[in-house]
Amino acid sequence: MNRTFARASWSDRVFDISVYVILAIVTVVTLYPFLNVLAISFNNSTDTVRGGITIWPREFTLENYRVIFSFPSLLTGFQISILRTVVGTFLGLASAAMLAYTLSRVDFQGRRYISVFLAITMYVSGGLIPVYILIRDLGMMNSFAVYVLPGLVSAFNVFIIRSFMDGLPYALQESAKLDGANDWTIFWRIILPLCKPALATIALFLAVGQWNAWLDTYLYNGSNASLTTLQFELMKVIQSTTTGNSGGDYRSQNMSQVMNRVSPESVKMAITIVVTVPILVVYPFLQGYFVKGMTLGAVKS
Amino acid sequence: MEAITAKKPEKQKPKPKSGRFFKIALQQRYLYLMSLPFVIWVFVFSYLPLWGWTMAFQNFRPGRSFFDQTWVGFDHFIALFSDDRFFLALRNTLAMSFMGLIAGFTVPIILAILINEVRQQVFKRFVQTVSYLPHFVSWVVVAGIVTKMLSTENGAVNDLLMFLGVIDTPYQFMAKGNWFWSIVTAADVWKESGWNAIIYLAAIAGIGPELYEAAKVDGASRIQQIWHVTIPGIRTTIIVLLIMSIGHLVSIGFEKQFLLSNNLVREYAEVLDLYALNYGLGMGRFSYGTAINMFNSVVSILLLFIANGTFKRITKESIM
Repeated sequence: MNRTFARASWSDRVFDISVYVILAIVTVVTLYPFLNVLAISFNNSTDTVRGGITIWPREFTLENYRVIFSFPSLLTGFQISILRTVVGTFLGLASAAMLAYTLSRVDFQGRRYISVFLAITMYVSGGLIPVYILIRDLGMMNSFAVYVLPGLVSAFNVFIIRSFMDGLPYALQESAKLDGANDWTIFWRIILPLCKPALATIALFLAVGQWNAWLDTYLYNGSNASLTTLQFELMKVIQSTTTGNSGGDYRSQNMSQVMNRVSPESVKMAITIVVTVPILVVYPFLQGYFVKGMTLGAVKS
Repeated sequence: MEAITAKKPEKQKPKPKSGRFFKIALQQRYLYLMSLPFVIWVFVFSYLPLWGWTMAFQNFRPGRSFFDQTWVGFDHFIALFSDDRFFLALRNTLAMSFMGLIAGFTVPIILAILINEVRQQVFKRFVQTVSYLPHFVSWVVVAGIVTKMLSTENGAVNDLLMFLGVIDTPYQFMAKGNWFWSIVTAADVWKESGWNAIIYLAAIAGIGPELYEAAKVDGASRIQQIWHVTIPGIRTTIIVLLIMSIGHLVSIGFEKQFLLSNNLVREYAEVLDLYALNYGLGMGRFSYGTAINMFNSVVSILLLFIANGTFKRITKESIM
């Protein structure tokens, strides 16, 4: 695609400029809200009410953060969120990799049946209420397990890893087999180390999914303060300050004591930043991987 | 599903006798150990809820065994189809999913094409990096951000509109029911367009440069090249993704609606899943809620088959 500028016609140049302008607007629209929230979170709460904060704090303060880190529920939420992200990512990755390997083995007897069995789950789901009843019957209400176990095996993730494994030369496994290695050794020693890009992608998906989840806390652990998550705490704060929302029980006990020090608005912005920053920190490192991973999925479908 | 499940050509193997079958099974014991536990897992968490659909035909009472439940046939469905609130929920679901389908489908394609046209590599990478960003942020955060941006107190949108002189006083976007659908759609576009553009960018990258060269020799302008080379080149990808999103038309979830709505816009915000949540869990009417969920799932599958079949006939391309 070596299109040269020299031959560019007048209309092509107009086109070029419009592309840059449109994309610049897209960038601003995407970034501005984050920068705005960041600025407000560092701005003095009484000053914020006067308005006019854009992307830079006017009266810099750390007070908002000091306040939110004094909430016990937020600290619990932070711990649980980290724990579920670590445990959920690790278990999810291990299970997806193992399943994917067995499905990538052309000679495996169960391959076809298991593939179809899994693929069906991508299109059919029982729905919210049946799942809720199931979780309750399994005795998983008010437990940490509910964060990790129900969503452990995701067909989508399995298929992405499998399509990556399909691309590896089969000869590798064959020679290992001749050397007397069993299937587990082949998987663990030969296949897994080669799958790092795919595994990194899936790990990112799993980690982001775990970190961002709030619905399971709301549905299953809403009444258990020791199992709260960061997203759920943020959700409660947002719901309690949205226009016209009754949300009686959401109005957490924290709100009243906070009101006299900083405004709920500033609290909201500070929590938003705390919830978002961990993602922004790991994001640049993993970017190369997930683009590769997504592309893999695209080529497959 | 064929495209996903059966990719490699199967090795030619004779039909094994049962004795041989078990011999091979024994050899593959590690493969079985590595897969069967998860098969059971999937059975429990994905297939047992389907069995839970039987609740829709009972007056389900928690704590009773399956055989002690009272069976009521289609009563819950009859009640459902005569409830005005159901049709309101159906309307909201369809409206938001159609808007989401159109916007969420066209914007990423346009974005991918625009990004592809950028030749300045640093700018290109910067735009891409920024555009994926919102995908990784939770809906809770996005709902908070959207509420903040549309707020009447120093919200960016109101500030901008007042600066431009479009309005004189801040407009209460979040309190107006007729704005709700657009807000949800716009939030979705803001969050997911960059991410969804990745697939199209990958597809565009697969188009041979010789096609562009040929088009240029024929004197095609940049826009003509997009129209006659880029778009036909990503047609298959577009169709596959369109079929998949049609399959998800009624199962749009309720996260956005739950987080962005408030009592003032309830009438426009309650989608089928939210309706099931409010009735099924909120009021403890589990059977009724299950009937709603079941309706939802069955319609999704039908839509998927219809979309797939239609496209198969028109374009000879399908995902199953």
